[in-house]
Amino acid sequence: MPSIEVNDLWVRYGDREAVRGVSLAVEPGRILCVLGRNGAGKTSTIEAIEGYRRIAKGTVRVLGLDPARQRREVVKKIGVMLQVGGIYPRMNPRQALDLYAGFYDDPVPVDELVKLAELGSAQKTPYRFLSGGEKQRLALALALVGRPDVLFLDEPTAGVDAAGKQQIRTAVADMARAGVAVLLTTHELNEAERLADSIAVIDEGRIIAEGTPTELRERFGKQTVVFRTASAIDVASFSQRLGLKVTDLGDNSYRLGEEAPPSIVGSITALLAEQRIDLVEMNAGRGSLEDVFLEITNGEA
Amino acid sequence: MAAHPYQAQAKAEIRLSMTQYESLLVTFGIPLLFLVAFSLIKVLPLPHGVLKPVAFLVPGTIALAVMATGMVSLGIATGVERSYGVLKRLGTTPLSRGALLGAKITSIAVIELVQVVLLAVVGLALGWKPTGNALAFVGAIVLSSAAFAGIGLILAGRLKSEAVIGAANGLFLVLLVLGGMIFPVTSLPGPIADVARLLPAYASAHILFVASTGAAGSLTGSWIVLLVWAIIAPLLATRLFRFE
Repeated sequence: MPSIEVNDLWVRYGDREAVRGVSLAVEPGRILCVLGRNGAGKTSTIEAIEGYRRIAKGTVRVLGLDPARQRREVVKKIGVMLQVGGIYPRMNPRQALDLYAGFYDDPVPVDELVKLAELGSAQKTPYRFLSGGEKQRLALALALVGRPDVLFLDEPTAGVDAAGKQQIRTAVADMARAGVAVLLTTHELNEAERLADSIAVIDEGRIIAEGTPTELRERFGKQTVVFRTASAIDVASFSQRLGLKVTDLGDNSYRLGEEAPPSIVGSITALLAEQRIDLVEMNAGRGSLEDVFLEITNGEA
Repeated sequence: MAAHPYQAQAKAEIRLSMTQYESLLVTFGIPLLFLVAFSLIKVLPLPHGVLKPVAFLVPGTIALAVMATGMVSLGIATGVERSYGVLKRLGTTPLSRGALLGAKITSIAVIELVQVVLLAVVGLALGWKPTGNALAFVGAIVLSSAAFAGIGLILAGRLKSEAVIGAANGLFLVLLVLGGMIFPVTSLPGPIADVARLLPAYASAHILFVASTGAAGSLTGSWIVLLVWAIIAPLLATRLFRFE
């Protein structure tokens, strides 16, 4: 049985339809990442699944329970990390963790959470003085305090430095390995690529693409070659010689799109050698998840 | 180990309230200032038959303190918590809405206890000689706490935090004038005095005054008014309160 099961979910704010017929499922131990532009309906979807938003139509089940009608049972089994804040500004991490531990029958010991979130040196610092990374790690620790079976993470690494992001991603992956179902939203496409077992792309309240990162790249990603040279090339001449359109990306970078075959790499290097232009770097392949996302949404994450 | 969300939240609320120094200054400072200043400087009218201002001002400033703590401090603090997302975050935990509101009311009860003791001690030092019904005095404080906390939580639960600050402070001033806390309600024009008698501020101050002085007069109307506010306001707060 999926830990999260959503069928034909609709959420309305007055006349505006924020979520329009979303269906998804997350099995135990799996990570589903919901991607979408600002205002696409990601947070409304996640909050409706948490039981926090009134749903206009459809069914939502979390661990087989209806989060709206069986809220008391559901909140004991889920962990939630909000996009920002949510913690008393004057409370320090240890006080916040002590408070939240008091809400659950069998909480994770606070010392263990302080260690997991690497908050040892900041555990007595008021929340408002914590760094962005410390705030996010504390928010994650609070989501974990009740030993949840389902984790909802709304942009867990927003505003966090590279090292902090890695810590959070490791903790999330560990939770999934332990059998927790994770539903996360993010703007970081490489994060989705690294963490997610599957991805759902939401646009204007609907899921417009879903699958594993590899499936999405194969389905939507175009074979492209991007290269950068030490000095400028003659784009028109290159296009003619290669038989493909070369696009100038600026800063001596160029892209060959429209299903450029892998064999074109040899032709490019030969042409550059012929014209005595040094190649600085070259990437060939199906394109990143970011390319896929831009392709299917015509926007930005 | 069984969880006790209410206890955990009440403990946190009390600790937060006791370290909110700027708020404590207002909730303790203003009633104390009024009590001391108007006891020593006799510029305000007194109810008929009252010779010493302190006899009128101690129960009045206690009612004022309860109103400031329950309605203004609690309302503003809760509104700010809502704007910071604290309430939304709590709403995703096993802490129920009722337990959250109960914990908040518990924390203000602790502060009010300290306020009452402090004002009573200062009042005694200024010559206050309470001679009335202690049980009615305590009962009125309990009902006033519930009524004002309920009003504060209704404001905090429905308005934006900036609006809560304005509404709570504005209502505080209106009730201060109409409540008969610093000067008797009989000093107000007739129709306004009639409206004032339906408000929890007047009912609270009136019962506390009569209960501490043994002054003549029926308290039935004030008890009914205070009881209704003490039941309706918290009930409405529980129904109308929004975590976000």
